[in-house]
Amino acid sequence: MVPLWMYLLVAAGLFSIGMYGVLARRNAIAILMSIELMLNAANINLVAFWRYNQPAQVGGQVFAAFVFVVAAAEVAVGLALIINIYRQRRSVVADDVDLLKW
Amino acid sequence: MDINWFDADYLPWLILFFPLLSFLIIVLFTSRSRTLSHIVALSGIVIAWVLSLIEFVKVVWASDVELGREVFGSTIDWLTLGTATFRMGVLVDPLTAYMLLMVPLTCLLIFIYSLGYMRDDPHNTRFFAFISLFAGAMLTLVLADNLLMLFVGWEVMGLCSYLLIGFWFHKKSAMQAGVKAFMTTRVADVLMLVGIGYLFIEAGTLNFRDILYNEEMLHHLSDPELSPAVLFGGSVAAVVGILLVIGTIGKSSQFPLHVWLPDAMEGPTPVSAMIHAATMVSAGVYMLVRMFPLLSAGADFHHGDFSAPMVMMGLVGGFTALFAAVLAVGQNDIKRILAYSTVSQLGYMVAALGIGAWVAAAFHLINHAFFKALLFMASGVVIHAMEHGEHHAHEHGHPHEEVPEPDGLVMDYVAPPNDVRRMGGLLDRIPVTAITMAIGGLSLAGFPLITAGFWSKDEIIAEAWHGTGEGFPLALFVLVMLVLAALLTAFYTARMWFLTFWGAPRSAAARYAGLGSLRNWWANTRWGKARRLETEPVRREDEVAARQMEFPLIVLAFFAVFAGFIGVHTDFPLLGALDNPLHEFLSGTLLEHPPVFDLDGLPVLLSIVIALGGLGLGWWVYGRRPLAEGAVDPTERALGAGVWRALQNRFYIDLLYRRYLVQPAEWFATHIVIQAIDKETIDGVLETIAETFIWLGEAFKRFNTVVIDGVGDGIPRAIGDFAAWFRQVQTGRIQQYLLFVTLGLLAIGTLFLLQVR
Amino acid sequence: MELTVESLVFLLFSLITLGGALMVVTTRNLFHAALFLMLSLFGVAGLFALLTAPFLAGIQVVVYIGAIAILIIFAIMLTPQVTAVRPTNSQWIAGVVVAVVLFALLVSIVTPLMSELGVEGWSAVFTEKNPPPVPADSMARLGEAFVDPQGYMLPFEVASVLLMAALVGAVMLVRPARGAEDEAPQAGAQE
Repeated sequence: MVPLWMYLLVAAGLFSIGMYGVLARRNAIAILMSIELMLNAANINLVAFWRYNQPAQVGGQVFAAFVFVVAAAEVAVGLALIINIYRQRRSVVADDVDLLKW
Repeated sequence: MDINWFDADYLPWLILFFPLLSFLIIVLFTSRSRTLSHIVALSGIVIAWVLSLIEFVKVVWASDVELGREVFGSTIDWLTLGTATFRMGVLVDPLTAYMLLMVPLTCLLIFIYSLGYMRDDPHNTRFFAFISLFAGAMLTLVLADNLLMLFVGWEVMGLCSYLLIGFWFHKKSAMQAGVKAFMTTRVADVLMLVGIGYLFIEAGTLNFRDILYNEEMLHHLSDPELSPAVLFGGSVAAVVGILLVIGTIGKSSQFPLHVWLPDAMEGPTPVSAMIHAATMVSAGVYMLVRMFPLLSAGADFHHGDFSAPMVMMGLVGGFTALFAAVLAVGQNDIKRILAYSTVSQLGYMVAALGIGAWVAAAFHLINHAFFKALLFMASGVVIHAMEHGEHHAHEHGHPHEEVPEPDGLVMDYVAPPNDVRRMGGLLDRIPVTAITMAIGGLSLAGFPLITAGFWSKDEIIAEAWHGTGEGFPLALFVLVMLVLAALLTAFYTARMWFLTFWGAPRSAAARYAGLGSLRNWWANTRWGKARRLETEPVRREDEVAARQMEFPLIVLAFFAVFAGFIGVHTDFPLLGALDNPLHEFLSGTLLEHPPVFDLDGLPVLLSIVIALGGLGLGWWVYGRRPLAEGAVDPTERALGAGVWRALQNRFYIDLLYRRYLVQPAEWFATHIVIQAIDKETIDGVLETIAETFIWLGEAFKRFNTVVIDGVGDGIPRAIGDFAAWFRQVQTGRIQQYLLFVTLGLLAIGTLFLLQVR
Repeated sequence: MELTVESLVFLLFSLITLGGALMVVTTRNLFHAALFLMLSLFGVAGLFALLTAPFLAGIQVVVYIGAIAILIIFAIMLTPQVTAVRPTNSQWIAGVVVAVVLFALLVSIVTPLMSELGVEGWSAVFTEKNPPPVPADSMARLGEAFVDPQGYMLPFEVASVLLMAALVGAVMLVRPARGAEDEAPQAGAQE
């Protein structure tokens, strides 16, 4: 098999790309997609560590599965928030949502 | 584990479970639908009532085999802290069973009544949720097998009373009354909690059976040698007892913490019935009855040796009974008369416990709950009828009397529909209510032989008489106070009834007052025609509401009469044949069965004379010649305007608290802190120093303008500029924040790595 | 790294994952971004399969691609700003810098790069190549662990409550305001 660090490298790349997307994209939905990328990077790490260190246990897979659950919940609520904001402000640009600024 | 829930050991859990469940269901699911909420609330309390009856029957059956030694109950671990474990459990002994006979039934009737009374309220479902919670909390308290769980129910009821008294929170006075009730009882509750905690430390348990049915434990707690208390130099039992009595003083509204109860009338009337009869104030007395073995521990009160908590109960209860009865005479708000009457009657029970009349106190507690619930609900009907009358008087062209509502609580303000001076002649308008209220009133006044109130009150007075005969000063004090209070009770009850129902209407509202079609039926009879009563069309939903409100009155009237016969002394002629089952039954609760004194004719005669005398006086003053419209109240004339005003202002005690507790705090803040300390002392010193330094300042003036100004102005300006610059950080742009966060994380991560190496 | 079939497949899926991810964050058209997201997630599913986690690969496809990505596409269609004029905000350069620095930092930690450069103790050693095989009944044991009171039953139940709460919360959030209910059909009729 390929060495463990290669998986970690892919995960690091995916995470950094996601981070860039979160920091730089204007559209809130794009930001949400970038967050999904970051969550997937974390998942790759979880599964890879499980496979290489403790394949006899189930913990790594279980945690990856919980990340799925959380991601699903997060997307559902996040998109609902975005749609609600869109209804009120006619915009999905994250920078336009600045009610709490000084 | 297999649990047979209909086993008498587990059944109590279900009793308290269902009202709480209906609270949750209404709040979470059905709050949009009135009908559903009504069904949920009613079924919750009906189930609780049925289960209570089953439980009661089981207890009675079991009482053949020494109930008291064996009780029903089950318990589970709740919370383990180190070595101490708090447990939750239920306990059904004869006292609890007796309470179970009253609480769910009264609550159920109040629920039914509320259907009619709260029919037009927009927040109807919220109301039903709250009273369900209230009923559930009361059942928790009654069924608890330890002080902690009792306290949980106690506090939830405190919350509910706040929520319900302030139910019409858009009225400032209601909001203030809710806060007043909550804060006043809180003062006492905190001390009570201290007592519970102290008891737990000393006894290692809060379970009733372990403490109260355990001679060794009681002896240990009450012996100052074995367990000296940290305070007062008394025993642990005395200190805990005093703290618990203080808890009751707050909850059962005894002097000096009685101030919240009359204002609690700001809530809807069913709430008043709930608070004053079935639940809240009963809880305080119930707790004392429950804890009586601890309160009296170490004292041989049969021979004149009263423990400190008992002396306290005797003094406070006796004084409150008379004090509140005096105040009740001088009120014009029908609900407030009843409120003070409640305070007074609770004083009876507390005083009875003070002299050791344990069974009599429990007996009176239940009887009082029945007739006071009846009286409150009847007064609610009266108020409803008066509001109805107000409305119709307006339609018939009478000018609407605009009485400005005061902003907040005003002591001597009486809302027009509640004002007995504006009533009169309502007997023709709401006959069912008039008759049931008369029954309740007679029971309250202790009308001889046929009312429940007479038997329980007579028992208290008989025990006080017995104690006086033995030469105990405390018993003498209680006897005098209670006899005077009983006289006044009969008098103000008669006054209230005659002013409300007798004679001719004293206002347009009273003339057109009405509720349902019974009035039309009455008007069409021969007597009604003779009195030339008018009829008017009645809407169907009004009719239903009227029946919903009158039905509980009739049921309660039955209990207000017959609940007393279970406690008649065995030696009493004729009625003694009923065999006084109550005494034997309740005695099982205590380790040492209270003795039955021989029947003494004199106190019975005394009770009869007092009750008839007070009622007769009331009739003489108010019934013989009914008060005319605009006339001055004869009692006011007899007492003089000054005394009357003092009564109306409740002896200025509320004002006293405002003036001597609230205002001093404000005065201290303004005068001592600001004026004396700040302005005079500190400023004085400062001024002297300042003046010495003025010339120094002059000398430095040149220096000032050049250097200090530069720095002095410079610093604030720099801060201001910095702030103006720095606040730009808060752009409201979330991604920018995130950028900074990430940068920070990167920096920390790098530092960490460098560090770890 | 010797070129076996396995490493070639790994390379392929890695490229799909990273390439798709790059397109997600750079493409101008949001709808295309969502499609690339699906591609990237599919790559991740492939990596899971390579890691002998077939169950996770399966739910990656079903839940992520099948449900979440579709949900995102719905959201994009409900908020008609598909082709924004400017896909990135004013701080995108800073974003690039941060992402690159972050990537460099992570690379320095997870790969043997630093130790090969002679810096000791900087990175952990992740060079395992031949882990023991996954037991054949791994998936069955995973399933049992979810419902085992000694295992992950409580977290599993809590997760279901979380999903329920998210569901209810989402419905509450997007529920039209009271007044808007009447207007909605009329607006549709006018179009």
